[in-house]
Amino acid sequence: MHPIALEVDSLSKSFGGGRALPWRQGKAPVPAVQDVSFNVPRGEIFGTIGANGSGKSTLVRMISTLLTPDHGSIRIFGLDAQRDELLARRLINRVSPDPSFFRTMSAYENLLFFARIYGLGKEEIRRRTKEILGRLDLADRIHEPMTHLSRGQQQKVAVARAFLTSPVLLLLDEPTTGLDPVSKREVQHFVRRVRDDHDATILLTTHDMDEAERLCDRIAFLAGGRIVAEGTPLELRARAANGRPIDDVSMEDVFLGLTGRRLEEDEEVLVHG
Amino acid sequence: MANMSERVFASGSAWALSMAFVERQTNLWKRYWAWELVWLVYGVVNTLAITFIAEELGRRGETSADAANRLVLFLLIGTLVWAYLSAVLDDIGLVVGWERWEGTIEHTLMAPVRRSLHLLGMCVFAVVHGAARTLLIFAIALLFFDVDFSNVDWLGAGAVLVVGSVSVAALAVLSGVLPLLYPERGTQMTMMVQASLLLVSGVYYEVEVLPGWLQAFAFLSPATYILDGIRAAMIDGDGVASLGGTLGALALFGVALAPVSLAVFSWAEGYAKRTGKLKRQG
Repeated sequence: MHPIALEVDSLSKSFGGGRALPWRQGKAPVPAVQDVSFNVPRGEIFGTIGANGSGKSTLVRMISTLLTPDHGSIRIFGLDAQRDELLARRLINRVSPDPSFFRTMSAYENLLFFARIYGLGKEEIRRRTKEILGRLDLADRIHEPMTHLSRGQQQKVAVARAFLTSPVLLLLDEPTTGLDPVSKREVQHFVRRVRDDHDATILLTTHDMDEAERLCDRIAFLAGGRIVAEGTPLELRARAANGRPIDDVSMEDVFLGLTGRRLEEDEEVLVHG
Repeated sequence: MANMSERVFASGSAWALSMAFVERQTNLWKRYWAWELVWLVYGVVNTLAITFIAEELGRRGETSADAANRLVLFLLIGTLVWAYLSAVLDDIGLVVGWERWEGTIEHTLMAPVRRSLHLLGMCVFAVVHGAARTLLIFAIALLFFDVDFSNVDWLGAGAVLVVGSVSVAALAVLSGVLPLLYPERGTQMTMMVQASLLLVSGVYYEVEVLPGWLQAFAFLSPATYILDGIRAAMIDGDGVASLGGTLGALALFGVALAPVSLAVFSWAEGYAKRTGKLKRQG
């Protein structure tokens, strides 16, 4: 198996522009991801932190083969994500911020479908579903329609959907959004355990600084679609210390030092600005 | 959990992957059984309302009893084939629109399953579902009409339906591209495809009554040949041998349309991926 799980090289993506339509010529394309490059070695948890609209989800969608990059390349365990799309897809799965299920179907019916299209047999799906939902404290709700589950419980089923296919590269796009603190800790514990026990590599996007620091081996800060800093949490805090003891420097301070704004301010600008 | 080598090389058989879509559609259908009831009632009422026109002509004496019986069968076949066609087209269009609405389409399209197997599974369900619903409408409609089936060649009619279903499924995939390209109005736009087929294919009348330029479209619609073939088998008693020309035309449509529909769907998927249109709507 290739030692580098994920190689992202000079990746760019813009939206809009309407070049094909004469009456939309004037609208300039909006860049979402600009010239992003990074490598994630096998077995690492790599975090990308940024405000809403910083390009985190666009990046994950491109790695998931759901968006075609304008420029650059993505290699998953040496496979080109575009040219060897089908093979690359066997190695990955993704948790999105929205749970996204057939809401009238039960949790089990949903998991059965999404695991079967990865080639898993019914017996294996039943066994793994029981095991994973048991760890996420949701085993007793498995046959209830998704509409009967809370937002947090639905998100746990979404986490189970991704883990069920045992991906070697797991893309977690804000996986704990909408979870209460206890559920959040359960999911975070589960993520660590999967990495330690099952040889998975994980790309985690979040705007929760504590979560990133707790889970990630290395972190990249995204702002305006670009990586503005990359390193281990310790390296990043050391870079922002400016003579202060490292223990007094938080990841929020790092973000402030790199962008001149607090993460919450960036999000407020995006929501209200 | 499986070790890495198992994960890398694990892949289901082609048939099992396709059947996953059939199973999903079946589970969805079970949850929405009330919708099925609505469509069944609509199909029965539509079939009866149109076929009673033939009864009315016979009652008025505007046509002979024999001609009225032929007309009953003509309209009955038209409404039933139309019920089947629209059920298959609806199934594919609705599920694409549904997946967009629920946001599951991203998870479905990023799975390591070939698009051909994905669409095959959806088409198998749509064809079986459409055929079952149409048979039920047929059985209920027979309670209202005294139709003479002594001359019917069931094998011929069945052969036309089976061979014609390939091109019907391909048309359904082609119209299913609309909700993929137009997230908000694509499902409604598939009605245009259905309405156009209804107009040009001779569902309720012979295509000869259409203006010449519309007859050219009738020539290009597989539904025209399905209706012709089933009417020939059920009204005139034509067997498989006599239906060779119609079956050949339908087979050609199937052979041509199946790869075209797959290519168009794949192109639309590529377009949606370039423009970011797969993102959840609603």
